[in-house]
Formats: sequence, structure tokens, C-alpha cells
Amino acid sequence: MTAIDERVLELDPEEARRVRQERFERIGRWVLPLAIMILAIWLWDRICVWNAIPQYILPRPGVVLWTLYNDAGLLFSSLLVTLRITFLSLALAVIGGVGLAVLFAQSKWVEMSFFPFAIVLQVTPIVAIFPLINIYVNDQTTKLLLCAWIVAFFPILSNTTLGLNSVDRNLRDMFKLNGATRWQQLRYLRLPAAMPYFLGGLKIAGGLSLIGAVVAEFVAGTTGQSSGLASRIIEAGYRLNAPRLFAALFLISLTGILIFLVLSLISHLILRRWHESALKQER
Amino acid sequence: MITEKVAQAPAPDVASTLLALRGVGKVFSNGVTALSDVDLTIREGDFLSLLGPSGCGKSTALRLIAGLSTPTSGVLDWRGGGALDRSNIGFVFQEPTLLPWASVFDNVWLPLRLKGISRAKAAPAVTEMLARVHLTGFEDAVPRELSGGMKMRVSIARAMVTKPRVLLMDEPFAALDEITRFKLNNDLLELWQDERFTVVFVTHSVFESVFLSNRVVVMAARPGRVFDELAIEASYPRDEAFRTSPDYAALCRQASDVLVQAINSTAGAHHDGH
Repeated sequence: MTAIDERVLELDPEEARRVRQERFERIGRWVLPLAIMILAIWLWDRICVWNAIPQYILPRPGVVLWTLYNDAGLLFSSLLVTLRITFLSLALAVIGGVGLAVLFAQSKWVEMSFFPFAIVLQVTPIVAIFPLINIYVNDQTTKLLLCAWIVAFFPILSNTTLGLNSVDRNLRDMFKLNGATRWQQLRYLRLPAAMPYFLGGLKIAGGLSLIGAVVAEFVAGTTGQSSGLASRIIEAGYRLNAPRLFAALFLISLTGILIFLVLSLISHLILRRWHESALKQER
Repeated sequence: MITEKVAQAPAPDVASTLLALRGVGKVFSNGVTALSDVDLTIREGDFLSLLGPSGCGKSTALRLIAGLSTPTSGVLDWRGGGALDRSNIGFVFQEPTLLPWASVFDNVWLPLRLKGISRAKAAPAVTEMLARVHLTGFEDAVPRELSGGMKMRVSIARAMVTKPRVLLMDEPFAALDEITRFKLNNDLLELWQDERFTVVFVTHSVFESVFLSNRVVVMAARPGRVFDELAIEASYPRDEAFRTSPDYAALCRQASDVLVQAINSTAGAHHDGH
């Protein structure tokens, strides 16, 4: 290799700056929020100490962690109850949302007739509906599932409906030219085309199903019928057991974050080869 | 100018007529007359270009022929072996119009798949077609990994995999750079000469229409109509030598003149209307 070649291979200042910038952003994306969080926890701890705040008002972070360990048996069995409702309702939301969207996609008439009812269901606060459900449904699990489902299914329904209707006009013509049946058009064109929209809806629904499950437990919990995390929180609230309250809250947040991350990963794996949204993450 | 038509267009050979459009018109619901009283005879084995300014209804004509749209007036008379079903028509859109989630192989397989032919059974035809458009080795790539020209090759392979008798192309190379366009022009001609299917090719490029076709039908706008027809009597195979020959230049000038007349006729009609 000649001297000239080597000089060409060296980065000019502008490119070098860009490489440095990219490297910093890559590291910063993880380090910055982590640093802020550690700082906030440290500050929380200090505030407790400086102001001598009693444990039943604001426990120190170490105490919360200790409670998490100490009450692990109780808290995690409650977490499992909440998780069961969350995942079951998410599964039902997927089945219900996609099923209804496919039904709507079959005919503009069906969509026009029934979509408004889905919106009514969506905009009515679940807390206000629950007393009714409480009257009509006896089984505890069914009650909670129904609640969480009502909260979670709408984003899947509305996103999938949008996706099924957003197929490229030329592609639709191409299928028509090749004599595709309704079913073939759905199977090979509309469902795959709706996939990115559906996955977007799924990410929202994942968080909502957790919220739905916890809210339902809260409402049910006031009548002492639930054993999920929400009931642990209510219980702890009555007893001024702030450390356990915080521990339960921490578990709920952690669950929500994990659900979001898992669904994001699934979405990325499915779309990474062809969809713009996933391509950007790669670069 | 219309007298030119008699002198240049070869007399329609009834025996080899594939499709005759007679008095075909199309009026859209918004009142726009896209096509008015079009008479056009397409013969078996023709490479026929529809050349004209935007708004002359050339794409509408293509959609009518494809059966994607029905005429308001007039008839499309399919001859030579009775009415063609849609499997006898291949269509290439202006955009590659591929399934972005499917591999190159699966995209080309699609028309056969829709006819219920399994992947294994379709494989020989798909592989052969990909070889014909010089895409061997790209079977597993997805569209976004390909260049614009390669995507268009996939689109052509997909249209041809059913061995259609008629290939309809709607400005397929308009979005490509010139070098890629020339290469695809050559490859398309090669394919056409080997298989001898009929091509109806919509374009707004004089040079492209003259290079490819044996017949150039010039259309005018408002209302969309056939203005004139030119026979391009240069022999095939046409290659890069033809592209730089004086014959080609002369034919291009001729077609260009007719196109200018067609455009001016629209301007005149516009003034008459007031």
C-alpha cells in the first residue's frame, strides 16, 4: 500500500467527529438514564435522612429493597395473579381485536355499522363500568379479564383495521388480475401489510392490559375479592406499610417495562427485514 | 396529418388480430372524459407503444385492456382463440409493486401460488424466469435490498411467470436512471423476441417507444384519443448499434413531430371550446 492510499483511508476531521458522535450516542442511550436514576435514588435516600422522614410516610430505597426481599413470597404470588390476568386479557385482546378487524375489513358496511360501538366501549372509563360487570358476572377471574380486555383490545382493533385498509392500490389490482380470492387477498396481502400496524397496536395494548388488570383488581379489591398486586397495595395502604406499597409499585412498573421491551423485540424481529421502522433501528 | 396514418400504418391483418378496440370511451364519475372513441387493433406478436402527454388516457386504455376497468362506451373485441382470461395477461406497473415482506422468489411465485401451485411445483418456472431477467442468486433477497432496476426485473419476472400471451406495461421504466433503462430495454426486447408474446407499452418517452416497438400509437389529451400511428420499420434484433444509428434518429424525429402535433391539437381544441 502506498503512502497516498493510507492517507485516504484516514478519516477527515468531519468524519472522525461523526464517528465520535455516534459512539457517544450509543453509550449515552444507556448510561445517561441509568446515571439519572441512580442520582434520583441517592437523592431520595438523602432527603429521607436529612428531613428525618418516618418510614411509614416515605421509606428509604434500601428499606424498599429489603421489603421486596423479605415479602418476596407474598408479593410474587400476587404478581403471578396479576400477570395471569394481564397475559390472558392481552391474548384475548389480540384474538378479539384482530378478529373484529378482519370482520370489519370484509365489508365497509360492517365497519361503518359496528366501529362506533367499539369507540363507545373504549371511551367509557372502565372504573365506571365495573359495578355493572360486578352485577352481571359472578366469576372473579372472568370479571377481571373482561375489564382488562375492554381496556386493551381497542388499540389492536383500530390499528389492525387501519393496516388492513392501507394496502397499496396497485398491489390490490395485481391480486385482482391474478384472480385472487377474497381469502387469498386477506392471507397473502392484507394481513402481512397490516402486520406493522398490528404490532404497533400490540405494544400499546401490552401496557394497557397491565393497567386494565391492576385497575380491575383495585375496584374488585375494595370488596376484598382479589389477591393480585393491587390488593397488596390497598392492604399496605390501610396498614400504613409504605415500604411494601413501594415494593408492589416497583414490581408493577418493572412488569410494564418488561412487557414493553419483549413486545418491542418481537416487533423488531418480525419487521427487521422489510419495514422502515425496523430498518432505522438497525442503522 | 391524419393522411399520414394511411400511408404508414400497415393494413390490419384480420387473421392475426388479437384485440380490437372499437369506439372505446371512458368517462369517470367526476365528469372527466379519459378516453373518447378509440379505435385500435392489436395484433398477435405486436410490440405496441402508447405514446402521449400525461392526461391522454394511455394508462386508462391499459387498465381497460387488463379488465381492471370497464369502458363507458364501445367494445373490446378479443379474437384469435376467443376471449382471454386474466391468466393470459401480465401486467407491469409503473412502480415495481412487490410484496415488501416477501423474498424475490416468493414475489415471482405469487401469481402461481394464487392459482394453487405449490412452492415445489412452481420452483422450476420461477427459477427459469429469474434467470431470464438475470436475477439468479437473488432468490432470497427482499425487495428493499435490491436496486430500482432489479426490483423492476422482479416485477417483469412476476408478470411473465404465468407465460401470458399479452404483457401490459404502464411506464415501467419511467422512474429509472437512463443507463438502467437502456439495459432493461435491451433485456425486455430479448425476452420478447424469444417468447413472441404481445406487448402493449405505455410511455411518454419518444426515444423509448421508437427503440422498442414495431408500432407507436400517438395519443392526444382532452379528451384522450388516438391521434396517429407510426410503423417503426427497423428490423429486430435492435441493439446498442441501433440506438446510435441515423435511422433511429430519423424515426425519433418523425415520432417527435407527431407528438408535438398531438400536443398542439389539444391546445387548439381548448381554444375552439371557448
